[in-house]
Amino acid sequence: MFVTARLSSPSNSLLMAPPTVVAKEPFHFVTHLNLTELTGKRVRDLYELLEHLRTVPESVIYYHTHHFLEQHQFLSPEPPNDFAYWVTYVLQEERLGERLAAIDTIEFETLGSLRDALIKTIQSHLQSMPSKRVAPEGQELHLMSVRSFILPTPFIVRTLQEFATALRRVSIYSLYHHVFEARLRLHRGNDFTVWFENSLGEKKLADQISQWDPYTQTLEGLRARMHKLIRQRLEELHYASA
Amino acid sequence: MPLLDQYIPIIGNNVINELQMLGERLRGKVIRNINSTAVGGGVAEILSRMIPFFKELGIDARWDVIKGDEEFFIVTKKIHNALHGTKSVFTTRDFEVYYETQKRNAGEMDLSGDIVFIHDPQPAGLILEKNKHQNHWLWRCHVDVSNPQLEIWQFLKPMVEQFEAAVFSAPSFAQRLDIRQVLIAPSIDPLSDKNRELSKEEVSNIVTQFSIDPKRPLVTQVSRFDRLKDPVGVIEAYKMAKKRVDCQLLLVGGSAADDPEAVQVLAEAREAAGVDPDIHILELPPTSNIEINALQRASTIILQKSLKEGFGLTVSEALWKAKPVIAGSVGGIPLQITHKYSGILTLSIEGTAYWIKQLLQEPGYAQKLGENGREHVRQNFLLTRHLRDYLLTFLSVGHTEDIIYV
Repeated sequence: MFVTARLSSPSNSLLMAPPTVVAKEPFHFVTHLNLTELTGKRVRDLYELLEHLRTVPESVIYYHTHHFLEQHQFLSPEPPNDFAYWVTYVLQEERLGERLAAIDTIEFETLGSLRDALIKTIQSHLQSMPSKRVAPEGQELHLMSVRSFILPTPFIVRTLQEFATALRRVSIYSLYHHVFEARLRLHRGNDFTVWFENSLGEKKLADQISQWDPYTQTLEGLRARMHKLIRQRLEELHYASA
Repeated sequence: MPLLDQYIPIIGNNVINELQMLGERLRGKVIRNINSTAVGGGVAEILSRMIPFFKELGIDARWDVIKGDEEFFIVTKKIHNALHGTKSVFTTRDFEVYYETQKRNAGEMDLSGDIVFIHDPQPAGLILEKNKHQNHWLWRCHVDVSNPQLEIWQFLKPMVEQFEAAVFSAPSFAQRLDIRQVLIAPSIDPLSDKNRELSKEEVSNIVTQFSIDPKRPLVTQVSRFDRLKDPVGVIEAYKMAKKRVDCQLLLVGGSAADDPEAVQVLAEAREAAGVDPDIHILELPPTSNIEINALQRASTIILQKSLKEGFGLTVSEALWKAKPVIAGSVGGIPLQITHKYSGILTLSIEGTAYWIKQLLQEPGYAQKLGENGREHVRQNFLLTRHLRDYLLTFLSVGHTEDIIYV
């Protein structure tokens, strides 16, 4: 059972400064849990991969380009997305694997456009280098999808100070939901930066975070980096008001 | 039986809070589990762990066992073997026995409740009674049905597709079906004797009992003496590596006495080992959980060089001890190891030898693999994740959307 969150006792004295700006709307941290589902579809070579990429539901694209972020969130460097991993280590198509791993997911605002980029990358590789490689038996790529369950947390914040405190206490799954899932799956953008800009008027802070590539760091690394930046902003506000 | 709070030091408070939140949403719901045996076998074992957790979370979990005579269980054993691809001959009478037993049980059993959760093929035919009840029916398949005898799959599939969803343990075990399919991987219990923390003294006492030199590197494979676990291939890989790096090899398996094939495989392994004093082959009784735990903890590298595998949970057991694991890329093992990140996947004896040498000579990298492997198991293969997946599956019934607000 959750207890009511206490957000007014951070260890850093700067965070104890009275709130300078109270948000127009409070920020409700939620968290999510995933249930993996199977499609029963197996991929043996690049041609089959291409065919399935064109037709599978978006939740399949989402699963194979994102699940490693949570499942391997402790690893640095992180393994690449499933398509790149399978193409590299099973099909031994290292050049294509590298290109698939390098697809800059943060550049895409929809799963449809990410799907198109994956298809285009494989198509262009096959045009220049037709592939006859087939996955050994038992090492086919099993296409899966994900169902997400969104749960509330007790963390509801109204100021940047409260946000900084809550950010340190929520689970990484909450962080994941607001940064990754909200943007690409729910089409809301990064929940944090939207709130900073629209409810707190912190456009510069929002812009700084928006420039990051959250896909190439661990969730704990992302949390620490974001917390550091917010603390710096709180220091600026503190000195400005002193 | 440990309570959920006892897992907090291992997985943190957040995870238990989340389980409690999910439990609140299912509070008072009747989840009726039905399988074919109350004791013995993996299904009974996992139900005996899950039911107390469900109850602790406020769920009205029930567990009923289907009744059948000898003839019925001979038929279901045949079905089981045929699902694994073993050629079996079925008669019309076999199918009659199956249907009659389902009908008789349906007449005697209480099939009410919010969710009827049927485990494995033996009671799957109870689904034919579904229309008499206004509730949700799920099928939990603990068996690998990826390569079944066609005749038996054609018999079962129409029944399976009447369930709302089917649950499989690994993607490679499943079939294409016209219903939702959920992946719930098996798990290990970090508080069990096989996996709990042991003191250095406990480990040292056990290792010295078996004449293993604790000061020299130890490469270990824990598995029954079965050709599919390739013990002779393990010995060959060790011998190739041993030309360049010093190490000992330990093969630990259950007693082979009751199994003629195991006796033969054990004899082949002993012959391959020859007179090398650094190869230790142990037959331990099935109750030797603490001994296995200690031997894994004393190892420098753990192998699981399977040629074919079910889920292969021994890999998670080894990773949980933060050991670098070299394993065959078969069955459920690739779910547990991401190659070069949380362990090593190999396909050959030569590849296994190569990685034994690499890891013994690069202890820093080996340690990193072990640490990553342990974290991967902590996030994905502990009993609490298994419980969470069941709760999410129950919450998902009746929903078709990808994102569910609970």
